[in-house]
Amino acid sequence: MNLPVAQLWLIPALPLLAAGIGALTPRGGRRLAATVAIGALALSFLLSVGALITALADPAAHLVHNFDWFELGSGTLRLGWVLDPLTAFMAVMVTFVGLLIFIFSTGYLRADANFTRFFCFLSLFAAAMLGLVIANSLLLLFICWELVGLASYLLIGFWFHKPAAAAAAKKAFITTRIGDLGLLLGMVWLYDSTGSLLFFDGGAGVLEPAALDALAAQATIGGLAISTAIGLLIFCGAVGKSGQFPLHVWLPDAMEGPTPVSALIHAATMVAAGVFLVARVYPLMIADQPLAHVPVHALTVVAAVGAVTALLGAVIAIGQYDIKRILAFSTVSQLGYMMLALGVGSWVAAIFHLLTHAFFKALLFLAAGSVIDAAHHEQDLRHLGGLRGPMRITFATFAIGTMALAGVPFLFSGFWSKEGILHAAHGWDVSPLPLYAGLVAVVLTAFYMTRLVAEVFHGTARGEGAAHAKESPPTMTIPLLILAGCAIALGFLGTPAWPWLQARLEGRTEIHGHSLLEGGGLMALSILLVALGIGAGWALYGRRTRTRAAAVDPLAARIPRIFSALTDRLWFDELYAATVGRLSDGTARLADLLDRHVWDGTIRFLSGLGLFAGFVNRDADEDVLNGGFDAGSAGLRRGGQAYSRRQTGDAHGYLRVVAISFVVLVMVIMLGGGQ
Amino acid sequence: MSFGPLQLCLLFSSALFCVGLMGALSRSNAILVLLGIELMLNAANINFIAFWRYGPEPSPATGVIFVIFAIAIAAAEAAVGLALVIAIYRHQRNIRLQEADTLKG
Repeated sequence: MNLPVAQLWLIPALPLLAAGIGALTPRGGRRLAATVAIGALALSFLLSVGALITALADPAAHLVHNFDWFELGSGTLRLGWVLDPLTAFMAVMVTFVGLLIFIFSTGYLRADANFTRFFCFLSLFAAAMLGLVIANSLLLLFICWELVGLASYLLIGFWFHKPAAAAAAKKAFITTRIGDLGLLLGMVWLYDSTGSLLFFDGGAGVLEPAALDALAAQATIGGLAISTAIGLLIFCGAVGKSGQFPLHVWLPDAMEGPTPVSALIHAATMVAAGVFLVARVYPLMIADQPLAHVPVHALTVVAAVGAVTALLGAVIAIGQYDIKRILAFSTVSQLGYMMLALGVGSWVAAIFHLLTHAFFKALLFLAAGSVIDAAHHEQDLRHLGGLRGPMRITFATFAIGTMALAGVPFLFSGFWSKEGILHAAHGWDVSPLPLYAGLVAVVLTAFYMTRLVAEVFHGTARGEGAAHAKESPPTMTIPLLILAGCAIALGFLGTPAWPWLQARLEGRTEIHGHSLLEGGGLMALSILLVALGIGAGWALYGRRTRTRAAAVDPLAARIPRIFSALTDRLWFDELYAATVGRLSDGTARLADLLDRHVWDGTIRFLSGLGLFAGFVNRDADEDVLNGGFDAGSAGLRRGGQAYSRRQTGDAHGYLRVVAISFVVLVMVIMLGGGQ
Repeated sequence: MSFGPLQLCLLFSSALFCVGLMGALSRSNAILVLLGIELMLNAANINFIAFWRYGPEPSPATGVIFVIFAIAIAAAEAAVGLALVIAIYRHQRNIRLQEADTLKG
């Protein structure tokens, strides 16, 4: 079952059609809306598998299908789609995870009044994301990128009657927009320099050697090569969308949306779009690597941002109390890992981690959703607890997800993908700092995930919701089980002994595996660090579980100041409110003052002049022109009234006048001499 | 001043005209006013006949034709006048001309 590249558009078109149908479905058509959305995505999944088979037949090739969109002056704007292993793996992942999350949503939102709207938005999101993945043009990618942002905005604000959700939606939209500006600028610059936005175009595309050599050869401000500058601008877009430091603040707030949305968009797929974008334009990012004279390579910046984010997200996650927020910061941290891998030169390790992370993070979010649903929308882990007994399937799957995320060795996918990244960081010859950041984040990740599991599932129920929790319905548990299976199995596609996935992504058909003992020292160290994190977490939270909701966190008792700083998310939001927010407030106030006094004064003066001219004009009109006409018509009216007063209606009077006139006439004639 | 038949006829028609005029001016009953007007009309007809019969140049029957036309038109006019009188009567339940002044300015 092959899917030729010319038909690749079907993959995003089907969910788009489903979104259209969903938009027209009345509120009562819940079953119709869900069936259409799930059916369309299932078909897309089958098509994606077909596309993957086509791509794997020749993994090194970039199959493209380009077409003219419209003509603009002398140039023609062209769009197209590309099929290579990167696209195919992403499409399969998005459709498969999406499908499971769609099915989960039918259970999670079973009581929501706006069920049909939810599925319409979900389908729109899937269409945009798939369009982004198959795009062979930076412009098409950008369009889908913005559509994805729109769908994210709509879904974060799905419960817009909650002020927090409405604010979070706005925050996500505006924060990512800052990064998107960079992407837009990079795109414009790229078009200006090369005259094309197609990635692959038979030698004329921007990611092909001719254009790349030209871009790397020219220098621009600060001694940067043009390719470096454009790469950094495009990376700005990825920073915004993937929640990288310093634009990470929107991602934790995005958890105000329904949990399946958090799973699909803010953990598994959309936030990975930034990583995908950098991987897609990777030839552009590395074009400046051979140049020794450039002050900074684009990838160095990527690695630095990724390392800071990986560490920052993991640190902040320790001090959070909301299940979804912990997972959100863990997503920030894992996305930092992926950026780190991209930065240190191993984009295949980044994509492998992206794929495994998509599965186990979707699993964790959906399991968290199952907990939240069972505990009557209680998300604070201080009020949960003791759910291991009543929710066996959820507990088991959540534990598998936790172990995959923490990197428990050998069995779980997260271990293998994280190893790949650490090894790549180890091999980077610019600086060892990313490796250290990654290793510290390993300990922290294992620690906070152990804390989460211990607080939520062990001990005793500390709230009403947790005390009466029951296992969720099969529409929710079956996706969990499937995802848990994938969270384990997927790792074996990319172990160092048999790196099938990495080889295919790099376009090789033969697989060069090596023994696990090669580089075994680093692996042993990371296993040790995972054990340290889990052990510390269990010692603090697992041995003696929390008994009351109000009890002090054990870590907070030891380091109260640092812990409260972590709980407040290191005051990033406050910092931004005090700087960027105040700056924008100040600018707005200045603009208001200018408007009110300067521009308004000018306008008022001009309008006063106009009023004066009008006044003079009107007086002239009224007194001179109107006066003359008025006097004339008044005279006519008076004359008419005088005449009409003679019309008495008395027939005798008329007759009398006629008779007297006749007599007078006769007398005049007779006295005149009868001539 | 001698009185030939022409002058006598003219005196008669003048007298008839004056009677008609006085009747039309002095009566308030619309029918009597109409009668007065008919008298004045017939005075004019007598003048036509007299000038035709005793005029300086006897000519073909011009005057007689005039009079026949005038009588026919007078008959039509009397019909219209009487119809108006009936309409006024229906409107104001009498036929006093002084009160029929709705069209005054």
